[in-house]
Amino acid sequence: MNDFYIIFTASLVAINCALMGSFLVMRKMVMIGDAISHAVLPGIFIAYYLSGSTASLPILIGAALSGILATLMIEWFTKKARLQSDAAIGISYTLLFAIGIILISKFGANADLDQQCVLYGEIEYVSLWLQPIIGSFSLPKQSITLLIVCIILIGAVVWGYKGLFITTFDPNFALSTGVAVTFWHYFLMSGVSLTTVVSFESVGAILVIAFLSGPPAIAYLLTEDFKKMLVVACAIGIFCSAAGYYIAKWLDVSVAGAISSVIGLVFIIVFVLTSVVKSKADVISA
Amino acid sequence: MSKSPIIEVHNLTVLYGRKPALWNIDFELPEKKVIGIMGPNGSGKSTLLKSIMGVVSPTSGFTKVYDQELDDVRYKVSYVPQRQDIDWDFPASVWEIVAMGRYQKRGLFKKLTSEDKDIITDSLEKVNMLGFAKRQISQLSGGQQQRVFLARAIAQQGDLFLMDEPFAGVDIATEEMIIALLKDMKDAGKTLVIVHHDLHTAQSYFDHLVLLNTRLIASGPTNEVFTDKILTDTYGGRLTTISKISQELENKEFPIRHK
Repeated sequence: MNDFYIIFTASLVAINCALMGSFLVMRKMVMIGDAISHAVLPGIFIAYYLSGSTASLPILIGAALSGILATLMIEWFTKKARLQSDAAIGISYTLLFAIGIILISKFGANADLDQQCVLYGEIEYVSLWLQPIIGSFSLPKQSITLLIVCIILIGAVVWGYKGLFITTFDPNFALSTGVAVTFWHYFLMSGVSLTTVVSFESVGAILVIAFLSGPPAIAYLLTEDFKKMLVVACAIGIFCSAAGYYIAKWLDVSVAGAISSVIGLVFIIVFVLTSVVKSKADVISA
Repeated sequence: MSKSPIIEVHNLTVLYGRKPALWNIDFELPEKKVIGIMGPNGSGKSTLLKSIMGVVSPTSGFTKVYDQELDDVRYKVSYVPQRQDIDWDFPASVWEIVAMGRYQKRGLFKKLTSEDKDIITDSLEKVNMLGFAKRQISQLSGGQQQRVFLARAIAQQGDLFLMDEPFAGVDIATEEMIIALLKDMKDAGKTLVIVHHDLHTAQSYFDHLVLLNTRLIASGPTNEVFTDKILTDTYGGRLTTISKISQELENKEFPIRHK
């Protein structure tokens, strides 16, 4: 059952990240996901400090708020200070992350939070906290939160598909037809914030970024239709989670590390294969 | 100008940082004409269209369309952005892009009706792209990309079309097709405002010209404003070698294909 719990949890993270990541990749702003996943740290700590517990809800709210704060900061630096967006991202999230680290190292001596788990997660231990569902069937507590977020995200993408699609493809045209481009930007950012916050607890900040960028990028190479890209990205994320887990078990290494490596390897393999197929097709058509 | 103007621009200034893109522009445009907006590179032509469409917000001044705020008459106005502004490697089909032209009427949360589908089909037919409806957009040539953008604008069924460099980097067949299409649209009572850079074709394409160089140089019927003096004012000393420059411009605007 332990295998199933870990793969199930990782797969949910993979699906959530694939849905949000596909839009981020096409908007060329994956690093915003990176920024948010680090910037949530001070929010998590402050929520923990004020509520005095590691119970999920206050922490989720605190984290989501600092995630949104990060996107606002980035937006502000880019628009008002006319900074390049990558520089704005770099400044904003390192600042917030550093504040989080300082808070933890100063006040978090007895806290359940440590810097290791923030970066690398603790997916190996998800089965320590189980929640009975029906009879003897139970699921890891973290996966239940992830499942709820997954349902919310699928709903949001289906409901807002056209809005997200048109503002991703051609924001100027969208603006010209009166679409509220700013609303859709923050709609997506809230989803990304929610995703990274609930995901990083189980898989850590690094794997969140790997999941946000890798599977969508692989799906982008394989599909010519954005809807298919969303589905394929989810499937690839699930595959990489399972493959990564078994490799980690076999080699006795970190699960998050193995999954990240599998994502990277799959990308390289798919990239090489699609280039070969494309150049062959070019030869035939020429 | 006897008839009421379709577009009014008053004291429009747009700053990018501290650099002015447009400086105190003031003009009115007549209805049911083909209108060219011309000027050298970086003279604010695209910024002008974007300000009228509310894509760029002005630093000062205002614009009006049909004597109203843009928000009240958006449904009558179609905007064709510059082709280079978007990522043509996006995983989307020609049909999906043209369908965006119907989002405005139908809203973002309702399914397209069979009427919408007929309009999309019709729009694709008008630009000779119906056979490409299912094609992925990354497989299109520059001219075909431009036709898809035009089809999307036609699908909006507006009365006023603002087009940003529709002739840049397109093949001759597409240019001729677009010209014929513009003529049909004008005959159907539409107004077309087109950012253009080729002086050679300006006289034959446009009824009315707006000449820009950050400031407004002139705005009026083509036969009145297409004079040596105004062109020199617009293009500066470069006019003496204007043919050379327009050749160079054409080379520069040639689409860079990533493969």
